[in-house]
Amino acid sequence: MNNSVSIRDLSLSFGAVNVLENLNLDIRDGEFLVLLGSSGCGKSTLLNCIAGLLEPTDGQIFIKERNVTWEEPKDRGIGMVFQSYALYPQMTVEKNLSFGLRVAKVPKEDINRRIARAADILQIQPLLNRKPAELSGGQRQRVAIGRALVRDVDVFLFDEPLSNLDAKLRSELRVEIKRLHHSLKNTMIYVTHDQIEALTLADRIAIMKSGVIQQLDDPMTIYNRPRNLFVASFIGSPSMNFLRGELAEEGGRPVFRTHGVTFSLDGYETAGPLNAGRKVVLGVRPEHVRVDGHLSGGEVHDAVVDIEEPMGADNLLWLKHAGHTMSVRIGGAKRFSPGSKLRLSFDMSVASVFDAETEERI
Amino acid sequence: MANISSLNAPVTGLDAVSDRIADQVATGPRGRKPKRVMSARNIMLYGTLAVAALYYLLPLYVMVVTSLKGMPEVRMGNIFSPPMEITFEPWVKAWAQACTGLNCDGLSRGFWNSVRILIPSVVVSIAVASVSGYALANWRFKGSELFFSILIIGAFIPYQVMIYPVVIALRELGVYGTLTGLVIVHTIFGMPILTLLFRNYFTSLPVELFKAARIDGAGFWQIYFRIMLPMALPIFVVAMILQVTGIWNDFLFGVVFTRPDTYPMTVQLNNIVNSVQGVKEYNVNMAATLLTGAIPLVVYFISGRLFVRGIAAGAVKG
Amino acid sequence: MPVAAVAFEEDFLMTGHAPAKRPNQLFRNLNSKIASIPMILVAVGIFLGGSLWTVVYSFTNSKLLPRATFVGFDQYERLWASSRWIISIQNLAIYGILSLIFSLVIGFVLAALMDQKIRFENTFRTIFLYPFALSFIVTGLVWQWILNPEFGVQGIVRSLGWTSFQFDPLYDASIVIYGILIAGLWQGTGLVMCLMLAGLRGIDEDIWKAARVDGIPMWKTYIFIVIPMMRPVFITTLVIIASGIVKVYDLVVAQTSGGPGNASEVPAKYVYDYMFQAQNLGQGFAASTMMLLTVAIIVIPWAYLEFGGKKRG
Repeated sequence: MNNSVSIRDLSLSFGAVNVLENLNLDIRDGEFLVLLGSSGCGKSTLLNCIAGLLEPTDGQIFIKERNVTWEEPKDRGIGMVFQSYALYPQMTVEKNLSFGLRVAKVPKEDINRRIARAADILQIQPLLNRKPAELSGGQRQRVAIGRALVRDVDVFLFDEPLSNLDAKLRSELRVEIKRLHHSLKNTMIYVTHDQIEALTLADRIAIMKSGVIQQLDDPMTIYNRPRNLFVASFIGSPSMNFLRGELAEEGGRPVFRTHGVTFSLDGYETAGPLNAGRKVVLGVRPEHVRVDGHLSGGEVHDAVVDIEEPMGADNLLWLKHAGHTMSVRIGGAKRFSPGSKLRLSFDMSVASVFDAETEERI
Repeated sequence: MANISSLNAPVTGLDAVSDRIADQVATGPRGRKPKRVMSARNIMLYGTLAVAALYYLLPLYVMVVTSLKGMPEVRMGNIFSPPMEITFEPWVKAWAQACTGLNCDGLSRGFWNSVRILIPSVVVSIAVASVSGYALANWRFKGSELFFSILIIGAFIPYQVMIYPVVIALRELGVYGTLTGLVIVHTIFGMPILTLLFRNYFTSLPVELFKAARIDGAGFWQIYFRIMLPMALPIFVVAMILQVTGIWNDFLFGVVFTRPDTYPMTVQLNNIVNSVQGVKEYNVNMAATLLTGAIPLVVYFISGRLFVRGIAAGAVKG
Repeated sequence: MPVAAVAFEEDFLMTGHAPAKRPNQLFRNLNSKIASIPMILVAVGIFLGGSLWTVVYSFTNSKLLPRATFVGFDQYERLWASSRWIISIQNLAIYGILSLIFSLVIGFVLAALMDQKIRFENTFRTIFLYPFALSFIVTGLVWQWILNPEFGVQGIVRSLGWTSFQFDPLYDASIVIYGILIAGLWQGTGLVMCLMLAGLRGIDEDIWKAARVDGIPMWKTYIFIVIPMMRPVFITTLVIIASGIVKVYDLVVAQTSGGPGNASEVPAKYVYDYMFQAQNLGQGFAASTMMLLTVAIIVIPWAYLEFGGKKRG
């Protein structure tokens, strides 16, 4: 498979501040890649470097196997969609779509053909003669996508395109962007701080922190097998439960011990040796805790319900258990009042064990 | 943990790196696109700015060099040439001896007149306007916005239209031609811009603050003195900059509302320079001009960004 | 909205402990009303009343003192028959139009240059803006000196060998107004630059990025995208410059005293001279009413556009 965008040893610093450090990344042809991280992690900076809107301090950028490190944005074969839409407010939608093409002296029929196609795909034909101020947020973002579409490019860049929209519109447009990707099959690079957007849209997610990619994997791997403690705590809401303790051995099998309680690690897929005595953090997602000991095989522990948060489809319990507070997600039908005792066990096949020192997955 | 993960993360992807990229990695463009410092763009950009800066600086330079030359040297030549022999005599003369009509005690009289006008005018105009702005922001009553609109529209009316009625009003009050009268005039004509400034500032403060104080039982004046005043210090500074330069630079009100012995500095300066009698002493004139411009210039250079904020607040509607 | 909210609290708090009787409307919020008396007096008494008074008395034959003897449009007929007034109006028109064009163009170009992420931005801004801190008197006197035909620009160019060089605007009736224009631009363009720069900084960074991705050259981005977006800034700046132009007085007094002859007279000076020196108040009132009319023609459409559409509150 060919790579659409390749980044080699990319660094960018503003004065003494290193925003990106020696970053390498390959994005496959037709892939939907999401750059995910909290603000200031360098994800938007990386996207702007790919677009050519920021100059890297060092390193190279390839698009379609062409070294574009020194190319102007317009010559890179990219289209970009911005958070604030960045539509030209004094021009009609049609002018917004065609302005760049007219400046580039694309033949008139060609322009009309491309606009018709974009308008068709995005269903904005009725809006072509309106000005941006007369459009709703969702319509504006559609036009902004259209402006990238008419450029007939290989790579689409999205810079937090849905962040200015309200929750309902956001989920609607999310689906549309996914549909767009399915029909166009272009390479798309999408920056967001919203993990739901990342998980739902991405073929692969690159989670960034302090200018460094922490993990690059498909959403399910990221969710179930986070590479380190940061990724584990960043993804998932409510957050993964973390239990600090150490590894031990019981009956020749590795166990996790904390506050005098032990958990069998049977079923855990380990990448390295589980040496007894090693200080570790055990991570378990709220939905991977079973209450009432229904899980066969694993150990069963007693816990007390502290607070119950019914959320309709789900019911979230906050438990006190062996010196920890932990959250557990159960079906909405099962209810427990505060103070009630229950028995719980962990699904170790989808749990994570991290070294307490390096915070890397074991 | 540095960037271990970033290095091994794309390992799966790197397998797919095609050889076509591989040889470009070594040789192709890399990092920042090299730029020449002396690019055509930079020459145009900084060249234009430098020429413009020169145009703006030239008069200041001419004022300074002329004021430091003796009259023979001024007559000999070039206003742009630096003085061959620096003399401070023109400054002394401008300050203490220059004549306006019958008086020959120099600009110092005008300077002190201006100071006497400036201080009460600044204090009174800001005090009145800040209270008005506070009332408009937090204690609106029926009609308050209408009065405010009239006030703001009034800011655009040329002073010439309203000046005679003010003369009559002051004459009726018996303060025409006195310092009190001029303070009132500066308070009146400074009011639109200052009230706008304070109203916008107080409106921008969180209204919860005001509500909390009211629930605690504070009244109009208590809230003003205990809560609003301490929070409004920066805007008071902006207002002061605006008023100090504005009142110091005023000419029209000075000439209409004062008598010759209480003329402010600008009026006296104009009379010194543009008096028809006697030989023109250009070096003394320039020294006098610089002396008059000194106060607002000092205010400007010290206040820097606040000055810009003041004129922006004055210029851009709220 | 806040008006209603505050008013409601008012009722609530003030009647909370008192008997159920509603207090007199007039005394409600009394402190605020007392504190606003100066503002109300100024707004209604001076700005509104004073202007009306002047307009009314422009129809009288007041000489040394205002007299309520109405003579219809006599003063206006005399005004428009006066060659000095016609010259004043012509000067104001030339000065006004050129000053608007040049200060907007120069101000915008300087602002655009300053917006290129240049070094020493603060130094340049300080230099461009400092004349604005100076009075018109100082400005007029400096430029009077620089344009002095014997020692100033003309003298220097001649001394360099070009002996026939002619540039003495302050002594040449046909171009004197351009001499004043040079000084006026020197004083005022810094302000325009500052306003324009603030406007440019208010443009969404993403717009510039989008234009670069679209491959639109910088000058086209300015002309077709940025300047249209800055329309409100341009209009506000225009109104501010224009209302300043109508008031121009000190500059002329200091630089030329209206001369040579009356070649550089302006309306504001005409008003002052008739009111306070020629003791012909009626003429002064009529001329100032014309000034008021000029400002109204500039400000009212702007105020209508700016505030007319949306509700105040």
